[in-house]
Amino acid sequence: MNAIKVVEESYRKEIPPFSIGDTVSVSIKIKEGEKERIQVFTGIVIGRQGAGIRETFAVRKISKGIGCEKVLPLHSPLIDSIKVTKEGVVRRAKLYYLRDKKGKAAKVKEKKFIGK
Amino acid sequence: MKGIIGKKLGMTQIFNEDGRVIPVTVLEAGPVRVVQKKELAKDGYAALQLGYDENRKEKNVNKARKGHFKKANVPNYRVLKELKMEGYEVGEEITLDIFEEGEFVKITGTSIGKGFQGVMKRYNFSGGPASHGSMFKRAPGAIGMGSTPGRVFKGKKMPGQMGNVKSTVDNLVIVALKNEQGLMLVRGAVPGAIGSYVVIKSNSPISVKDK
Repeated sequence: MNAIKVVEESYRKEIPPFSIGDTVSVSIKIKEGEKERIQVFTGIVIGRQGAGIRETFAVRKISKGIGCEKVLPLHSPLIDSIKVTKEGVVRRAKLYYLRDKKGKAAKVKEKKFIGK
Repeated sequence: MKGIIGKKLGMTQIFNEDGRVIPVTVLEAGPVRVVQKKELAKDGYAALQLGYDENRKEKNVNKARKGHFKKANVPNYRVLKELKMEGYEVGEEITLDIFEEGEFVKITGTSIGKGFQGVMKRYNFSGGPASHGSMFKRAPGAIGMGSTPGRVFKGKKMPGQMGNVKSTVDNLVIVALKNEQGLMLVRGAVPGAIGSYVVIKSNSPISVKDK
């Protein structure tokens, strides 16, 4: 089992800590023919699944009035960077209920900084 | 032909350059040592007897084997396998350096034993309806004709031992080699349970052509 961990570790990346309900900007490398460009996908993290090298996360955003979700492997080499822009307060591990909400109801409460 | 003995360590996934996920089996391949050389003149065929896994207590080795290992001046191995290889002397070490990334291999192991199983699990028979008073659930059904031929044909698929048999998978690609750790990563699944021994051979060109 140890050898598997060694293999997995060599493919792992540094990931900033983020949790469900946070708003993240994911920079995704996109190859178009020869050229490679970076597309930023900003949205709410509605779920994380799996562990170790197999972990994936789902980001949801409303693009021009249409809901759009991306499920990405956390350690994918196609992810250039993940930036946490907002931290959210949620009581659930999977925010699938956001899919049925519109407008203000589809918002996640932002975490306000409370001193020690 | 070239080959090596190894151990299945389990499966995981890795990413390739395109960012695609590849399912891989992690194998510990070698190192092995030549324990005996079978010669055409003496034994009637040419092969190398390889020993693998020296992690074995001395009290668990019988005297005959101990003498056999001592003759070749090698440690007390757990596994001995003969492969039709050439070009190595007795006592010489073979590591996974003989393989390259991207090469095709075939891997032989002992499949996971499932015990005595019925025909539905063993041969994917359909079985009967589960409910509505069905009195034909998982039985095999008819196994032959009447008084002609008056017997059941040989090889008829019936319940019995499933798994725990020698099984080979052809044309597995070596995705990566980790030489310093002695690990080999092949794409896809390999027969056997975790920790079971496998034989890794280079795929002969004929079987590649067949595919």
